[in-house]
Amino acid sequence: MTTETVIEAVGVRKNYRGGREGAGLNGFDLEVTAGTVTGLLGPNGAGKTTAVRILSTLLELDSGTATVAGYDVRRQGAEVRRRIGLVGQYAAIDEVLTGRQNLVMFGRLNHLRNAKGRADELLERFSLTEAAGQAVSKYSGGMRRRLDLAASLIVAPRVLFVDEPTTGLDPAGRLEVRSAVRQLVDGGTTVLLTTQYLEEADQLANRISMLKAGKVVAEGTPDELKTQLGSDRLEIVLADPADVPRVVQLAGSLADGEIRVVDVRVSVPVKDRTKALVVMANSLHEARIEPEDITLRRPTLDEVFLHLTGAEVAA
Amino acid sequence: MWVLADSWTIARRTLTHWRNQPGLVIFQWFFPVLMLLMFGGLLGGAMEFPEGSSYYELLVPGIFALAMLFGLEGTMTAVTTDVSKGVTDRFRSLPMSSTAVVLGRCIADMLDSAVTLLVLVATGLALGWRWHEGLPSALAAFGLLLLLRFALLWVGIFIGLTVKNAQSVTMVQVVVWPIGFLSSTFVATSTMPTWLGTIAQWNPLSSTATAARNLFGNPDPSSTATWIGTHAPLAAVIAPLLLTAVFLPLSTHRYRTLSR
Repeated sequence: MTTETVIEAVGVRKNYRGGREGAGLNGFDLEVTAGTVTGLLGPNGAGKTTAVRILSTLLELDSGTATVAGYDVRRQGAEVRRRIGLVGQYAAIDEVLTGRQNLVMFGRLNHLRNAKGRADELLERFSLTEAAGQAVSKYSGGMRRRLDLAASLIVAPRVLFVDEPTTGLDPAGRLEVRSAVRQLVDGGTTVLLTTQYLEEADQLANRISMLKAGKVVAEGTPDELKTQLGSDRLEIVLADPADVPRVVQLAGSLADGEIRVVDVRVSVPVKDRTKALVVMANSLHEARIEPEDITLRRPTLDEVFLHLTGAEVAA
Repeated sequence: MWVLADSWTIARRTLTHWRNQPGLVIFQWFFPVLMLLMFGGLLGGAMEFPEGSSYYELLVPGIFALAMLFGLEGTMTAVTTDVSKGVTDRFRSLPMSSTAVVLGRCIADMLDSAVTLLVLVATGLALGWRWHEGLPSALAAFGLLLLLRFALLWVGIFIGLTVKNAQSVTMVQVVVWPIGFLSSTFVATSTMPTWLGTIAQWNPLSSTATAARNLFGNPDPSSTATWIGTHAPLAAVIAPLLLTAVFLPLSTHRYRTLSR
Protein backbone atom coordinates (compact mmCIF):
# COMPACT_ATOMS: atom_id res chain seq x y z
CA MET A 1 0.00 0.00 0.00
CA THR A 2 1.55 3.26 -1.08
CA THR A 3 0.92 6.38 0.92
CA GLU A 4 1.15 8.87 -1.88
CA THR A 5 -0.14 12.30 -0.97
CA VAL A 6 -2.73 13.48 -3.49
CA ILE A 7 -3.97 16.60 -1.79
CA GLU A 8 -1.78 18.83 0.25
CA ALA A 9 -2.64 22.24 1.64
CA VAL A 10 -0.28 24.21 3.83
CA GLY A 11 -1.25 27.39 5.62
CA VAL A 12 -3.90 28.36 3.08
CA ARG A 13 -5.50 31.72 3.71
CA LYS A 14 -8.44 33.24 1.92
CA ASN A 15 -10.37 36.35 2.79
CA TYR A 16 -13.42 37.30 0.80
CA ARG A 17 -13.42 40.96 -0.01
CA GLY A 18 -16.00 42.82 1.99
CA GLY A 19 -16.88 39.58 3.76
CA ARG A 20 -19.31 38.58 1.04
CA GLU A 21 -20.52 35.03 0.38
CA GLY A 22 -18.98 32.43 2.57
CA ALA A 23 -16.34 31.97 5.17
CA GLY A 24 -12.66 32.43 4.53
CA LEU A 25 -9.75 30.17 5.42
CA ASN A 26 -7.37 31.02 8.17
CA GLY A 27 -4.27 28.86 7.91
CA PHE A 28 -5.89 25.72 6.53
CA ASP A 29 -3.76 22.54 6.45
CA LEU A 30 -4.76 19.24 4.91
CA GLU A 31 -3.08 16.06 3.73
CA VAL A 32 -4.98 13.38 1.86
CA THR A 33 -3.42 10.09 0.79
CA ALA A 34 -4.36 8.19 -2.34
CA GLY A 35 -7.33 5.86 -2.16
CA THR A 36 -8.83 7.31 0.99
CA VAL A 37 -11.97 9.23 1.77
CA THR A 38 -11.37 12.28 3.87
CA GLY A 39 -14.30 13.99 5.45
CA LEU A 40 -14.07 17.72 5.93
CA LEU A 41 -16.50 18.31 8.71
CA GLY A 42 -17.67 21.59 10.09
CA PRO A 43 -20.67 23.78 10.76
CA ASN A 44 -21.99 26.30 8.25
CA GLY A 45 -19.50 29.08 7.71
CA ALA A 46 -16.46 27.04 8.80
CA GLY A 47 -14.94 27.31 5.31
CA LYS A 48 -15.60 23.81 3.92
CA THR A 49 -16.85 24.98 0.56
CA THR A 50 -14.13 27.61 0.32
CA ALA A 51 -11.52 24.88 0.81
CA VAL A 52 -13.06 22.72 -1.92
CA ARG A 53 -13.35 25.64 -4.32
CA ILE A 54 -9.70 26.53 -3.81
CA LEU A 55 -8.52 22.94 -4.28
CA SER A 56 -10.61 22.57 -7.43
CA THR A 57 -9.16 25.82 -8.85
CA LEU A 58 -12.49 27.67 -8.82
CA LEU A 59 -11.20 30.17 -6.30
CA GLU A 60 -7.81 31.78 -5.87
CA LEU A 61 -6.09 31.54 -2.52
CA ASP A 62 -4.53 34.60 -0.89
CA SER A 63 -1.51 32.90 0.63
CA GLY A 64 -0.18 29.46 1.46
CA THR A 65 0.26 26.59 -0.98
CA ALA A 66 -1.99 23.82 -2.19
CA THR A 67 -1.27 20.95 -4.56
CA VAL A 68 -3.60 18.38 -6.04
CA ALA A 69 -2.13 15.27 -7.69
CA GLY A 70 1.23 16.99 -7.41
CA TYR A 71 0.20 20.14 -9.29
CA ASP A 72 0.01 23.59 -7.80
CA VAL A 73 -3.60 24.77 -7.86
CA ARG A 74 -2.56 28.35 -8.47
CA ARG A 75 0.05 27.95 -11.18
CA GLN A 76 -0.97 24.67 -12.82
CA GLY A 77 -4.74 24.97 -12.75
CA ALA A 78 -5.22 23.31 -16.12
CA GLU A 79 -3.23 20.24 -15.02
CA VAL A 80 -5.25 20.03 -11.82
CA ARG A 81 -8.56 20.32 -13.70
CA ARG A 82 -7.55 17.41 -15.92
CA ARG A 83 -7.32 15.16 -12.86
CA ILE A 84 -10.26 16.11 -10.68
CA GLY A 85 -13.99 15.73 -10.54
CA LEU A 86 -16.20 18.15 -8.68
CA VAL A 87 -19.63 17.62 -7.26
CA GLY A 88 -20.69 21.05 -6.07
CA GLN A 89 -23.11 21.96 -3.36
CA TYR A 90 -25.96 22.31 -5.81
CA ALA A 91 -26.45 19.72 -8.49
CA ALA A 92 -24.63 21.46 -11.33
CA ILE A 93 -26.52 19.99 -14.23
CA ASP A 94 -28.67 21.44 -16.95
CA GLU A 95 -32.31 21.12 -15.93
CA VAL A 96 -33.73 21.41 -19.42
CA LEU A 97 -31.57 18.65 -20.85
CA THR A 98 -32.29 15.01 -20.17
CA GLY A 99 -29.97 13.03 -17.94
CA ARG A 100 -28.41 11.42 -20.97
CA GLN A 101 -27.99 14.70 -22.86
CA ASN A 102 -26.22 16.16 -19.83
CA LEU A 103 -23.74 13.31 -19.63
CA VAL A 104 -23.09 13.33 -23.37
CA MET A 105 -22.43 17.08 -23.25
CA PHE A 106 -20.02 16.78 -20.34
CA GLY A 107 -18.38 13.81 -22.05
CA ARG A 108 -17.80 15.91 -25.17
CA LEU A 109 -16.40 18.74 -23.07
CA ASN A 110 -14.02 16.21 -21.56
CA HIS A 111 -13.00 15.40 -25.16
CA LEU A 112 -14.11 11.79 -25.07
CA ARG A 113 -14.28 9.97 -28.39
CA ASN A 114 -17.28 7.92 -27.35
CA ALA A 115 -19.24 10.33 -25.17
CA LYS A 116 -22.51 8.50 -25.80
CA GLY A 117 -21.15 5.11 -24.79
CA ARG A 118 -19.67 6.55 -21.63
CA ALA A 119 -22.96 8.28 -20.81
CA ASP A 120 -24.83 4.98 -21.06
CA GLU A 121 -22.29 3.24 -18.84
CA LEU A 122 -22.62 5.87 -16.15
CA LEU A 123 -26.42 5.96 -16.34
CA GLU A 124 -26.40 2.21 -15.79
CA ARG A 125 -23.95 2.45 -12.92
CA PHE A 126 -26.00 5.07 -11.09
CA SER A 127 -29.32 3.32 -11.82
CA LEU A 128 -30.56 6.14 -14.02
CA THR A 129 -31.06 4.20 -17.25
CA GLU A 130 -34.83 4.34 -16.95
CA ALA A 131 -34.90 8.09 -16.36
CA ALA A 132 -32.19 8.79 -18.95
CA GLY A 133 -34.61 10.28 -21.49
CA GLN A 134 -36.41 12.54 -19.03
CA ALA A 135 -35.63 16.21 -18.47
CA VAL A 136 -33.63 16.68 -15.28
CA SER A 137 -36.27 19.13 -14.02
CA LYS A 138 -38.48 16.06 -13.46
CA TYR A 139 -35.84 14.28 -11.35
CA SER A 140 -36.01 13.92 -7.57
CA GLY A 141 -33.29 15.49 -5.45
CA GLY A 142 -31.53 12.16 -5.00
CA MET A 143 -31.61 11.42 -8.73
CA ARG A 144 -30.12 14.83 -9.51
CA ARG A 145 -27.26 14.26 -7.12
CA ARG A 146 -26.59 10.84 -8.61
CA LEU A 147 -26.52 12.35 -12.08
CA ASP A 148 -24.22 15.05 -10.74
CA LEU A 149 -21.91 12.36 -9.36
CA ALA A 150 -22.03 10.55 -12.71
CA ALA A 151 -21.12 13.76 -14.52
CA SER A 152 -18.08 14.24 -12.31
CA LEU A 153 -16.88 10.71 -13.07
CA ILE A 154 -16.93 10.97 -16.85
CA VAL A 155 -13.17 10.70 -16.98
CA ALA A 156 -12.16 8.62 -13.95
CA PRO A 157 -10.69 11.43 -11.84
CA ARG A 158 -7.74 10.91 -9.51
CA VAL A 159 -9.43 13.05 -6.92
CA LEU A 160 -13.11 13.64 -6.50
CA PHE A 161 -14.37 16.61 -4.52
CA VAL A 162 -17.84 16.15 -3.15
CA ASP A 163 -19.24 19.23 -1.48
CA GLU A 164 -22.13 18.55 0.89
CA PRO A 165 -23.67 15.87 -1.30
CA THR A 166 -26.75 15.33 0.80
CA THR A 167 -27.60 18.83 1.99
CA GLY A 168 -31.21 19.62 1.22
CA LEU A 169 -32.21 16.04 0.44
CA ASP A 170 -34.91 14.05 2.18
CA PRO A 171 -33.80 10.95 4.13
CA ALA A 172 -34.42 8.62 1.18
CA GLY A 173 -32.38 10.87 -1.11
CA ARG A 174 -29.58 10.95 1.44
CA LEU A 175 -29.41 7.18 1.56
CA GLU A 176 -29.37 6.98 -2.25
CA VAL A 177 -26.52 9.43 -2.53
CA ARG A 178 -24.53 7.93 0.31
CA SER A 179 -24.64 4.50 -1.24
CA ALA A 180 -23.53 6.03 -4.55
CA VAL A 181 -20.57 7.71 -2.84
CA ARG A 182 -19.71 4.47 -1.04
CA GLN A 183 -19.59 2.71 -4.40
CA LEU A 184 -17.01 5.18 -5.66
CA VAL A 185 -14.96 4.70 -2.59
CA ASP A 186 -15.01 0.94 -3.08
CA GLY A 187 -13.82 1.61 -6.62
CA GLY A 188 -10.67 3.23 -5.19
CA THR A 189 -11.28 6.89 -6.03
CA THR A 190 -9.68 9.35 -3.65
CA VAL A 191 -12.49 11.46 -2.27
CA LEU A 192 -12.58 14.69 -0.33
CA LEU A 193 -16.04 14.99 1.09
CA THR A 194 -17.42 17.95 2.97
CA THR A 195 -20.41 17.55 5.16
CA GLN A 196 -22.14 19.01 8.13
CA TYR A 197 -23.67 15.64 8.93
CA LEU A 198 -21.52 13.78 11.40
CA GLU A 199 -23.05 10.38 10.76
CA GLU A 200 -22.25 10.84 7.10
CA ALA A 201 -18.57 11.49 7.83
CA ASP A 202 -18.56 8.60 10.29
CA GLN A 203 -20.05 6.21 7.72
CA LEU A 204 -18.14 7.27 4.64
CA ALA A 205 -14.78 8.66 5.66
CA ASN A 206 -11.54 6.92 6.64
CA ARG A 207 -10.21 10.14 8.08
CA ILE A 208 -11.90 13.25 9.29
CA SER A 209 -10.64 16.80 9.51
CA MET A 210 -12.74 19.01 11.68
CA LEU A 211 -12.91 22.56 10.52
CA LYS A 212 -13.68 25.58 12.64
CA ALA A 213 -13.42 29.19 11.51
CA GLY A 214 -11.26 28.34 8.52
CA LYS A 215 -8.81 26.12 10.38
CA VAL A 216 -8.52 22.38 11.00
CA VAL A 217 -8.94 21.90 14.74
CA ALA A 218 -8.76 18.10 14.89
CA GLU A 219 -7.78 15.35 12.52
CA GLY A 220 -7.79 11.56 12.62
CA THR A 221 -9.87 8.45 12.04
CA PRO A 222 -13.39 8.60 13.45
CA ASP A 223 -12.31 6.24 16.24
CA GLU A 224 -9.25 8.29 17.09
CA LEU A 225 -11.36 11.40 17.34
CA LYS A 226 -13.83 9.65 19.60
CA THR A 227 -11.04 8.41 21.84
CA GLN A 228 -9.57 11.89 21.97
CA LEU A 229 -12.62 13.09 23.76
CA GLY A 230 -12.17 10.17 26.11
CA SER A 231 -14.81 9.20 28.53
CA ASP A 232 -17.86 7.03 28.06
CA ARG A 233 -21.17 8.42 29.11
CA LEU A 234 -23.97 7.18 31.26
CA GLU A 235 -27.27 8.37 29.92
CA ILE A 236 -30.45 8.46 31.91
CA VAL A 237 -33.74 9.34 30.27
CA LEU A 238 -36.43 10.29 32.78
CA ALA A 239 -40.18 10.10 32.55
CA ASP A 240 -40.80 13.15 34.71
CA PRO A 241 -38.86 16.39 34.16
CA ALA A 242 -39.33 17.18 37.86
CA ASP A 243 -36.85 14.39 38.71
CA VAL A 244 -34.03 15.96 36.73
CA PRO A 245 -32.43 18.04 39.53
CA ARG A 246 -32.55 15.06 41.89
CA VAL A 247 -30.86 12.77 39.36
CA VAL A 248 -28.17 15.33 38.60
CA GLN A 249 -27.47 15.46 42.32
CA LEU A 250 -27.29 11.65 42.60
CA ALA A 251 -24.93 11.45 39.63
CA GLY A 252 -22.64 14.12 41.04
CA SER A 253 -20.25 11.70 42.74
CA LEU A 254 -19.90 9.54 39.60
CA ALA A 255 -19.30 12.32 37.15
CA ASP A 256 -15.89 12.63 35.55
CA GLY A 257 -16.57 16.00 33.99
CA GLU A 258 -19.54 18.17 33.26
CA ILE A 259 -23.03 16.67 33.43
CA ARG A 260 -25.19 17.68 30.49
CA VAL A 261 -28.95 17.91 30.63
CA VAL A 262 -31.16 18.11 27.57
CA ASP A 263 -34.87 18.02 28.42
CA VAL A 264 -35.34 14.77 30.36
CA ARG A 265 -31.99 13.30 29.28
CA VAL A 266 -29.15 13.45 31.79
CA SER A 267 -25.75 12.62 30.33
CA VAL A 268 -22.95 11.87 32.78
CA PRO A 269 -19.32 11.35 31.76
CA VAL A 270 -17.98 8.35 33.69
CA LYS A 271 -14.69 6.51 34.10
CA ASP A 272 -15.51 3.13 35.57
CA ARG A 273 -18.31 1.99 33.31
CA THR A 274 -19.87 -0.98 35.06
CA LYS A 275 -19.51 0.40 38.54
CA ALA A 276 -21.10 3.67 37.50
CA LEU A 277 -24.04 1.84 35.98
CA VAL A 278 -24.64 -0.31 39.07
CA VAL A 279 -24.28 2.58 41.50
CA MET A 280 -26.58 4.79 39.47
CA ALA A 281 -29.20 2.09 39.10
CA ASN A 282 -29.18 1.52 42.85
CA SER A 283 -29.39 5.21 43.66
CA LEU A 284 -32.36 5.61 41.32
CA HIS A 285 -34.06 2.59 42.85
CA GLU A 286 -33.56 3.95 46.37
CA ALA A 287 -34.87 7.34 45.36
CA ARG A 288 -37.88 5.60 43.76
CA ILE A 289 -37.22 7.14 40.41
CA GLU A 290 -38.14 4.94 37.48
CA PRO A 291 -36.11 6.02 34.42
CA GLU A 292 -37.41 5.46 30.90
CA ASP A 293 -34.00 4.37 29.86
CA ILE A 294 -30.51 4.04 31.30
CA THR A 295 -27.58 3.22 29.06
CA LEU A 296 -23.84 3.33 28.73
CA ARG A 297 -22.37 4.55 25.49
CA ARG A 298 -19.25 5.75 23.77
CA PRO A 299 -19.11 9.38 22.72
CA THR A 300 -20.55 10.08 19.29
CA LEU A 301 -18.79 12.25 16.76
CA ASP A 302 -21.41 14.86 17.56
CA GLU A 303 -20.04 15.16 21.03
CA VAL A 304 -16.46 15.25 19.83
CA PHE A 305 -17.49 17.94 17.46
CA LEU A 306 -19.35 19.99 20.04
CA HIS A 307 -16.43 19.62 22.39
CA LEU A 308 -13.88 20.78 19.82
CA THR A 309 -15.77 23.51 18.12
CA GLY A 310 -18.38 24.60 20.59
CA ALA A 311 -20.67 24.81 17.60
CA GLU A 312 -24.15 23.61 16.89
CA VAL A 313 -24.36 21.01 14.16
CA ALA A 314 -27.07 19.07 12.46
CA ALA A 315 -27.11 15.43 13.48
CA MET B 1 -8.82 23.14 -32.27
CA TRP B 2 -10.56 22.18 -29.06
CA VAL B 3 -11.82 25.73 -28.50
CA LEU B 4 -14.05 25.47 -31.57
CA ALA B 5 -15.22 21.96 -30.77
CA ASP B 6 -15.99 22.96 -27.19
CA SER B 7 -17.79 26.12 -28.31
CA TRP B 8 -19.95 24.06 -30.63
CA THR B 9 -20.74 21.61 -27.81
CA ILE B 10 -21.86 24.53 -25.64
CA ALA B 11 -23.89 26.04 -28.49
CA ARG B 12 -25.50 22.67 -29.20
CA ARG B 13 -26.67 22.63 -25.61
CA THR B 14 -28.90 25.62 -26.38
CA LEU B 15 -30.11 24.00 -29.60
CA THR B 16 -31.06 20.95 -27.54
CA HIS B 17 -32.96 23.26 -25.18
CA TRP B 18 -34.97 24.38 -28.20
CA ARG B 19 -35.74 20.79 -29.09
CA ASN B 20 -36.67 19.88 -25.52
CA GLN B 21 -38.85 22.95 -24.96
CA PRO B 22 -40.19 23.86 -28.37
CA GLY B 23 -43.17 25.76 -26.95
CA LEU B 24 -41.00 28.17 -25.00
CA VAL B 25 -38.60 28.93 -27.80
CA ILE B 26 -41.38 29.38 -30.36
CA PHE B 27 -43.05 31.84 -28.01
CA GLN B 28 -39.75 33.73 -27.75
CA TRP B 29 -39.44 33.88 -31.51
CA PHE B 30 -43.00 35.06 -31.93
CA PHE B 31 -43.02 37.61 -29.15
CA PRO B 32 -41.59 40.37 -31.39
CA VAL B 33 -44.28 39.47 -33.93
CA LEU B 34 -46.83 40.15 -31.24
CA MET B 35 -45.21 43.54 -30.62
CA LEU B 36 -45.26 44.28 -34.32
CA LEU B 37 -48.97 43.47 -34.70
CA MET B 38 -49.91 45.20 -31.47
CA PHE B 39 -48.11 48.47 -32.13
CA GLY B 40 -49.00 48.40 -35.78
CA GLY B 41 -52.66 48.19 -34.81
CA LEU B 42 -52.41 50.63 -31.88
CA LEU B 43 -50.47 53.43 -33.50
CA GLY B 44 -50.76 52.83 -37.23
CA GLY B 45 -54.21 54.34 -37.54
CA ALA B 46 -53.18 57.56 -35.80
CA MET B 47 -50.39 58.34 -38.21
CA GLU B 48 -50.50 59.83 -41.64
CA PHE B 49 -48.35 58.47 -44.40
CA PRO B 50 -47.92 59.46 -48.05
CA GLU B 51 -49.95 57.55 -50.60
CA GLY B 52 -48.77 53.98 -51.11
CA SER B 53 -46.90 53.87 -47.83
CA SER B 54 -48.00 52.51 -44.45
CA TYR B 55 -46.94 52.61 -40.82
CA TYR B 56 -45.36 49.19 -41.28
CA GLU B 57 -42.73 50.74 -43.55
CA LEU B 58 -41.49 52.64 -40.50
CA LEU B 59 -42.38 50.14 -37.80
CA VAL B 60 -41.01 46.87 -39.19
CA PRO B 61 -37.33 47.90 -39.20
CA GLY B 62 -37.92 49.50 -35.78
CA ILE B 63 -39.19 46.19 -34.41
CA PHE B 64 -36.19 44.44 -35.98
CA ALA B 65 -33.92 46.65 -33.87
CA LEU B 66 -36.13 46.26 -30.80
CA ALA B 67 -35.95 42.46 -31.13
CA MET B 68 -32.15 42.72 -31.09
CA LEU B 69 -32.37 44.66 -27.83
CA PHE B 70 -34.78 42.16 -26.28
CA GLY B 71 -32.35 39.37 -27.16
CA LEU B 72 -30.24 40.81 -24.36
CA GLU B 73 -32.71 39.48 -21.82
CA GLY B 74 -32.33 35.92 -23.03
CA THR B 75 -28.56 36.17 -22.81
CA MET B 76 -28.70 37.60 -19.31
CA THR B 77 -31.13 35.00 -18.04
CA ALA B 78 -29.14 32.11 -19.51
CA VAL B 79 -25.87 33.35 -18.05
CA THR B 80 -27.31 34.06 -14.60
CA THR B 81 -29.08 30.71 -14.44
CA ASP B 82 -25.84 28.89 -15.19
CA VAL B 83 -23.96 30.85 -12.53
CA SER B 84 -26.60 30.35 -9.85
CA LYS B 85 -27.11 26.64 -10.61
CA GLY B 86 -23.40 25.90 -10.46
CA VAL B 87 -23.26 24.88 -14.14
CA THR B 88 -20.70 27.63 -14.76
CA ASP B 89 -18.56 26.24 -11.96
CA ARG B 90 -18.74 22.79 -13.48
CA PHE B 91 -17.58 24.18 -16.84
CA ARG B 92 -14.78 25.98 -15.06
CA SER B 93 -13.66 22.79 -13.32
CA LEU B 94 -13.42 20.96 -16.65
CA PRO B 95 -10.24 20.82 -18.72
CA MET B 96 -11.86 22.95 -21.42
CA SER B 97 -11.09 26.43 -22.68
CA SER B 98 -12.95 29.17 -20.83
CA THR B 99 -13.27 31.05 -24.12
CA ALA B 100 -15.48 28.21 -25.36
CA VAL B 101 -18.10 28.81 -22.67
CA VAL B 102 -18.53 32.41 -23.80
CA LEU B 103 -18.11 31.70 -27.49
CA GLY B 104 -20.68 28.89 -27.34
CA ARG B 105 -23.19 31.25 -25.74
CA CYS B 106 -22.38 33.74 -28.50
CA ILE B 107 -23.02 31.25 -31.32
CA ALA B 108 -26.29 30.07 -29.78
CA ASP B 109 -27.62 33.57 -29.18
CA MET B 110 -26.69 34.78 -32.64
CA LEU B 111 -28.51 31.79 -34.15
CA ASP B 112 -31.49 32.59 -31.96
CA SER B 113 -31.51 36.20 -33.16
CA ALA B 114 -31.19 35.12 -36.79
CA VAL B 115 -34.31 32.98 -36.40
CA THR B 116 -36.13 35.84 -34.66
CA LEU B 117 -35.27 38.10 -37.58
CA LEU B 118 -36.41 35.52 -40.14
CA VAL B 119 -39.78 35.17 -38.41
CA LEU B 120 -40.15 38.96 -38.27
CA VAL B 121 -39.15 39.40 -41.91
CA ALA B 122 -41.76 36.87 -42.98
CA THR B 123 -44.42 38.63 -40.90
CA GLY B 124 -43.33 42.04 -42.19
CA LEU B 125 -43.56 40.87 -45.79
CA ALA B 126 -47.02 39.46 -45.12
CA LEU B 127 -48.09 42.85 -43.73
CA GLY B 128 -46.93 44.67 -46.83
CA TRP B 129 -43.51 45.85 -45.69
CA ARG B 130 -40.90 45.68 -48.49
CA TRP B 131 -37.28 46.50 -49.04
CA HIS B 132 -36.84 48.78 -52.03
CA GLU B 133 -33.10 49.01 -52.52
CA GLY B 134 -32.27 45.50 -53.62
CA LEU B 135 -31.13 42.38 -51.78
CA PRO B 136 -27.48 43.34 -51.12
CA SER B 137 -28.63 46.50 -49.41
CA ALA B 138 -31.21 44.58 -47.39
CA LEU B 139 -28.56 42.04 -46.35
CA ALA B 140 -26.36 44.92 -45.21
CA ALA B 141 -29.24 46.13 -43.04
CA PHE B 142 -29.62 42.67 -41.48
CA GLY B 143 -25.86 42.71 -40.94
CA LEU B 144 -26.13 45.97 -38.98
CA LEU B 145 -28.98 44.56 -36.90
CA LEU B 146 -26.99 41.43 -36.04
CA LEU B 147 -23.98 43.60 -35.25
CA LEU B 148 -26.08 45.41 -32.65
CA ARG B 149 -27.18 42.05 -31.26
CA PHE B 150 -23.56 40.93 -31.11
CA ALA B 151 -22.62 44.02 -29.10
CA LEU B 152 -25.57 43.58 -26.73
CA LEU B 153 -24.57 39.95 -26.23
CA TRP B 154 -21.49 41.10 -24.33
CA VAL B 155 -23.55 43.57 -22.34
CA GLY B 156 -25.86 40.67 -21.45
CA ILE B 157 -23.03 38.34 -20.48
CA PHE B 158 -21.46 41.05 -18.34
CA ILE B 159 -24.71 41.89 -16.54
CA GLY B 160 -25.56 38.18 -16.18
CA LEU B 161 -22.19 37.41 -14.58
CA THR B 162 -22.42 40.47 -12.35
CA VAL B 163 -25.92 40.22 -10.90
CA LYS B 164 -25.77 36.44 -10.41
CA ASN B 165 -29.40 35.93 -9.40
CA ALA B 166 -32.72 35.73 -11.15
CA GLN B 167 -34.48 38.51 -9.21
CA SER B 168 -31.89 41.08 -10.22
CA VAL B 169 -32.24 39.99 -13.85
CA THR B 170 -35.93 40.82 -13.65
CA MET B 171 -35.05 44.33 -12.48
CA VAL B 172 -32.62 44.81 -15.34
CA GLN B 173 -35.29 43.56 -17.74
CA VAL B 174 -37.65 46.27 -16.54
CA VAL B 175 -35.04 48.87 -17.51
CA VAL B 176 -34.64 47.36 -20.98
CA TRP B 177 -38.18 48.34 -21.96
CA PRO B 178 -37.86 52.13 -21.63
CA ILE B 179 -34.53 51.90 -23.46
CA GLY B 180 -36.37 50.12 -26.25
CA PHE B 181 -39.23 52.63 -26.33
CA LEU B 182 -37.08 55.73 -26.04
CA SER B 183 -35.84 55.45 -29.59
CA SER B 184 -37.04 55.80 -33.15
CA THR B 185 -38.55 52.28 -33.02
CA PHE B 186 -42.21 53.30 -33.08
CA VAL B 187 -42.31 56.93 -34.12
CA ALA B 188 -39.98 59.41 -35.79
CA THR B 189 -37.96 61.21 -33.15
CA SER B 190 -38.79 64.50 -34.87
CA THR B 191 -42.33 64.23 -33.45
CA MET B 192 -41.07 64.17 -29.87
CA PRO B 193 -40.35 67.18 -27.62
CA THR B 194 -36.85 68.38 -28.50
CA TRP B 195 -35.09 67.15 -25.34
CA LEU B 196 -36.72 63.73 -25.52
CA GLY B 197 -36.12 63.51 -29.24
CA THR B 198 -32.45 64.24 -28.70
CA ILE B 199 -32.10 61.44 -26.16
CA ALA B 200 -33.99 59.05 -28.43
CA GLN B 201 -31.85 60.09 -31.41
CA TRP B 202 -28.65 59.27 -29.60
CA ASN B 203 -29.96 55.89 -28.47
CA PRO B 204 -27.83 53.38 -30.43
CA LEU B 205 -31.05 51.49 -31.14
CA SER B 206 -32.28 54.49 -33.16
CA SER B 207 -29.09 54.64 -35.18
CA THR B 208 -29.44 50.98 -36.13
CA ALA B 209 -33.16 51.37 -36.88
CA THR B 210 -32.60 54.49 -38.98
CA ALA B 211 -29.63 52.99 -40.81
CA ALA B 212 -31.66 49.84 -41.53
CA ARG B 213 -34.56 51.96 -42.87
CA ASN B 214 -32.15 53.82 -45.13
CA LEU B 215 -30.78 50.56 -46.47
CA PHE B 216 -34.24 49.06 -46.95
CA GLY B 217 -35.44 52.28 -48.57
CA ASN B 218 -38.11 52.72 -45.89
CA PRO B 219 -39.05 56.25 -44.78
CA ASP B 220 -37.55 57.70 -41.62
CA PRO B 221 -38.34 61.39 -41.08
CA SER B 222 -35.76 61.65 -38.34
CA SER B 223 -32.90 60.64 -40.58
CA THR B 224 -32.45 64.15 -42.02
CA ALA B 225 -33.44 66.23 -39.02
CA THR B 226 -30.26 66.09 -36.93
CA TRP B 227 -26.56 65.42 -37.13
CA ILE B 228 -26.82 62.00 -35.51
CA GLY B 229 -29.81 61.23 -37.75
CA THR B 230 -27.91 61.94 -40.95
CA HIS B 231 -24.95 59.97 -39.68
CA ALA B 232 -27.03 56.99 -38.59
CA PRO B 233 -25.23 54.42 -40.80
CA LEU B 234 -21.90 55.43 -39.31
CA ALA B 235 -23.32 55.41 -35.77
CA ALA B 236 -24.91 52.02 -36.40
CA VAL B 237 -21.43 50.64 -37.00
CA ILE B 238 -19.50 52.62 -34.39
CA ALA B 239 -21.88 52.34 -31.42
CA PRO B 240 -22.00 48.51 -31.43
CA LEU B 241 -18.24 48.34 -31.92
CA LEU B 242 -17.77 50.69 -28.96
CA LEU B 243 -20.14 48.62 -26.82
CA THR B 244 -18.24 45.49 -27.81
CA ALA B 245 -14.88 47.13 -27.11
CA VAL B 246 -16.07 47.99 -23.61
CA PHE B 247 -18.13 44.95 -22.65
CA LEU B 248 -16.23 42.09 -24.30
CA PRO B 249 -13.12 42.65 -22.14
CA LEU B 250 -15.33 43.41 -19.14
CA SER B 251 -17.20 40.11 -19.47
CA THR B 252 -14.10 37.98 -20.02
CA HIS B 253 -12.52 39.75 -17.04
CA ARG B 254 -15.65 39.10 -15.00
CA TYR B 255 -15.61 35.45 -16.01
CA ARG B 256 -11.99 35.11 -14.96
CA THR B 257 -12.48 36.92 -11.67
CA LEU B 258 -15.33 34.64 -10.67
CA SER B 259 -12.42 32.92 -8.93
CA ARG B 260 -11.72 35.83 -6.58
